[in-house]
Amino acid sequence: MIKAEQKPMEEILKAIDPYKKILLSGCGACVTVCHAGGEKEVGLLASALRMARKKIGKPLEILEATPARQCEPEYAQDLSELIEKVEAVLSLACGVGVQTLVRYFPKIPVLPGVNTTFLGETLSHGVWEERCQACGNCILEKTGGICPISRCAKQLLNGPCGGSSKGKCEIKKEADCAWQLIYDRLSSLGQLYKLEEMIPAKRWGVESRDSGLRRIIREDLKI
Amino acid sequence: MANFEPKIIAFCCDQSGYPSADMAGALRLNLPKNVQIVRVPCAGRVEALYLLKALEKGADGVILFACYEDNCQYLRGNLRAKGRLSYVHRLMEKIGLEKERIEICYLATNSGVKLAETLERKSKELKRLGPNPCVDRR
Amino acid sequence: MKAGSNLEKILSKGLFAVTGELGPPKGNDVSVVKRKADLLKGYVDAVNVTDNQTAIVRMSSIATSSLLIQMGIEPVMQMTTRDRNRIAIQSDIFGATALGIKNMLCLTGDHHTFGNQVDSKNVHDLDSIQLIDCVRTMRDEGTLLGGEEKIEGKIQLFIGAAENPFADPFEFRVVRLAKKVRAGVDFIQTQCIYDMKRFKEWMKMVRDRGLHEKVHILAGVTPLKSGGMARYMAKNVSGIIIPEEIIDRIVKAKKPAEEGIKLCVEQIQELREIEGVHGVHIMAIEWEQMVSQITEMAGLLPRPKVE
Repeated sequence: MIKAEQKPMEEILKAIDPYKKILLSGCGACVTVCHAGGEKEVGLLASALRMARKKIGKPLEILEATPARQCEPEYAQDLSELIEKVEAVLSLACGVGVQTLVRYFPKIPVLPGVNTTFLGETLSHGVWEERCQACGNCILEKTGGICPISRCAKQLLNGPCGGSSKGKCEIKKEADCAWQLIYDRLSSLGQLYKLEEMIPAKRWGVESRDSGLRRIIREDLKI
Repeated sequence: MANFEPKIIAFCCDQSGYPSADMAGALRLNLPKNVQIVRVPCAGRVEALYLLKALEKGADGVILFACYEDNCQYLRGNLRAKGRLSYVHRLMEKIGLEKERIEICYLATNSGVKLAETLERKSKELKRLGPNPCVDRR
Repeated sequence: MKAGSNLEKILSKGLFAVTGELGPPKGNDVSVVKRKADLLKGYVDAVNVTDNQTAIVRMSSIATSSLLIQMGIEPVMQMTTRDRNRIAIQSDIFGATALGIKNMLCLTGDHHTFGNQVDSKNVHDLDSIQLIDCVRTMRDEGTLLGGEEKIEGKIQLFIGAAENPFADPFEFRVVRLAKKVRAGVDFIQTQCIYDMKRFKEWMKMVRDRGLHEKVHILAGVTPLKSGGMARYMAKNVSGIIIPEEIIDRIVKAKKPAEEGIKLCVEQIQELREIEGVHGVHIMAIEWEQMVSQITEMAGLLPRPKVE
């Protein structure tokens, strides 16, 4: 899912400084899973912010809400009653959630309280790692299910660079070399032949992230 | 300020803190005034939010009494409590609230004396730190 | 002849080739280029010009290569895919060949976080194999990558690439070399060799696939200046293996630098004997002045003059 991390407190305090009454809105989906903006985090941050502002003699009233998904029209619009009562919204949802609120509540400032970082997998409780960069044309079939775009620091498509050593990437000791992983995986599947053919250059500018604002339209679903 | 009696919330779990508090009472040990005991089945039941809310609602300090590592009847409840405490400590640091106000103390079923001594020490410490700066005082 | 460069002629005549390396200055001080070039002129058949090596900003490889031509030296222009997209790459190839550059080495490039502009955006529009394919397309088909646009003029380049027999996964290295050969590479320079045993194993795998007949392989060597340098490289530079005996030899030597040169010469002589090795690539990093001595002692002088 989308992974995010709470912004530094100084940044948050600075952003909400002008306001006396805000809505702190979390999200029940991705940011709950990575413990950045779910109901618990909303409660904790609200409590901390109230105390921080009381300490400097500038009390702040905070309403709390955690819609199931902040990026969907119905759930976002459900917040309207609360939003009417406040001067600004501090959102712990990912960048998508923030912008969805902006669309439905154009007259109120919506501030991000987390940094959206990557699309990732939960390795274990409390540990998340990047797995996908939404490149638009998935080649996982050719690479044994291991993505070289997100897991190779140089997005190589035809094998490891000269810096791959003992299965590790040269730029981050903790990172596995994606191409070593691909090699091992295809080897265990008996599919090493898939690595003999050259994978041609990716069409970044046409079917990927450099093609401009991307959109999917399903005519059959438009009611 | 001379009559400042720090308000302390003590979370006591059924396996260690609570029986120890009972024992302290039976031994008629002196506990500081203004201590409120909150009984929980396990330290792992204490949400991070309870620790912070205790301060938000006016407590000057919080102690979380938990079993020693390896002794938790629910296996890792005390470890979860420790993790949540460290999260709350980080938040407190960021808003300029003294970390020392909330602490975790490990004990066993029969640690009546240790409990009393810990509460006494905490009270003295909080008198030095002063009242919780993040609440309205009359 | 693909480009008719000096390097190409020497290799196609079956003569043992020698190439050197030059790192451009971290600025536009041409005298640095001249000084280094003078140390190499006459001792090697062509000089590699690195391209922002270790992601440190230096005078561009194309500009430096052009300066070398003016000084009467044949360059091998290195190009990484780290900093340029395919538009800039192909544009630079137009320019390079227009300036008389005839050899090009296609590389991935060290990650930008190693350098002095760590905030930069990582390009890698192409990888090194796709780059080889691109250059070959421009040369042999006369079109841009994708085959649509016809090029005005003729692109003639002798295409090189790097290979590292000491990186992992070991078994895959030869497959990767085969991919580069199929993509159109003409010559390969390897990472510097200290572990002769592993290199010979790799060469056997190369020969087993018949690749030694399809591509010219130049073995890389780097003279060790001191025990400290040996230890540092073995520990910190990924993709370099230095056996303990070699580190020991340099550390224990009375005059480590001299021992390092002696070792380098021995390595060159041993590498010459390996079937499939058609030349040597001497990377005397910040020690270019030793190239004359090394080539002399290894019996590589004078360099042949070919038509």
